[in-house]
Amino acid sequence: MTDGRRWHDMGGREAGRVVPEDHDYALWEKRVDALVILATTTGKMNVDGLRRVLEDMGEDAFETMSYYERWVASLNQNLLEAGVYTPSELGERIAAVQARGETYGDASNG
Amino acid sequence: MPHDHHDHLSPSGHPYRPDQDGPLTYWQAMEIAIRELMVEKGIVTAAQVREQIDAMDARSPAQGAAFVARFWTDPAFRDLALRDGSNACAEMGFEVGPMRLIALENTSRLHNVVVCTLCSCYPRNLLGLPPDWYKSRAYRSRTVREPRKVLAEFGTILPEGVELRVHDSTADMRYIVVPRRPDGTDGWQPDRLAKLVTRDSMIGVAEALPATEAPA
Repeated sequence: MTDGRRWHDMGGREAGRVVPEDHDYALWEKRVDALVILATTTGKMNVDGLRRVLEDMGEDAFETMSYYERWVASLNQNLLEAGVYTPSELGERIAAVQARGETYGDASNG
Repeated sequence: MPHDHHDHLSPSGHPYRPDQDGPLTYWQAMEIAIRELMVEKGIVTAAQVREQIDAMDARSPAQGAAFVARFWTDPAFRDLALRDGSNACAEMGFEVGPMRLIALENTSRLHNVVVCTLCSCYPRNLLGLPPDWYKSRAYRSRTVREPRKVLAEFGTILPEGVELRVHDSTADMRYIVVPRRPDGTDGWQPDRLAKLVTRDSMIGVAEALPATEAPA
């Protein structure tokens, strides 16, 4: 980018047609949203922290990850920085979750 | 409990929601892991997560529509809403939210449209979660560059003489557009008027529905 702006500052750039599509949010997406709000109200992160990580992910992430995939990645980075859990605790838990089953429902423990 | 489709039933005996049936993705597993760790570390309870989602599900454009209908029919409320949108939400008994709310009134000579070029700021307390297109690159980039063209893509053709103002949201404030009250609605009660107020009309990419299209 040559004008000194970062990728997320996209106001005024050329882009394609607006496709007026919409979808209902999946349960896991609503849970990510809820966890971000709760992490904020409990002082573990704030909206600036959420945005900093989203913006640092770069443009590739914007193209390849869905909105709430980016949000859960940002939530995780903020909670790690806040010392809520360690990288190894997270890694072990993700492995345990994945071992429970092949679908989100099966892996959710209810 | 039926036994023929047991693979698709949760322990409660209800079918899983469709989104729970697909193969588990890495990011979904991360959500589950984070949620469980946050609960175990005593930061949140499972009940708080559920309550947060219930509150999210309860917010919908119907609240914004009620806000607009009252704006149209109650001059004192209109004054309050233009002066202090957050306070007007409180007056309606709606969640005020942490951000300052600014109501933008459309007139015969002025049309307002809202975007968030930097991310996806949206008046969630009045409209619920934003639609996908609001968060898209196309909408974020082009609404401040060629807004009339963007509106036309939503089927909204503004007459030449109408000024179009684009409002770019920030982390600290939220906008709601008050569309023009449709002709032929004199004497209508707020409940009936609210049915003409669509989500898109409160973002500013559309007008309110004409009186003839009032849903039953």
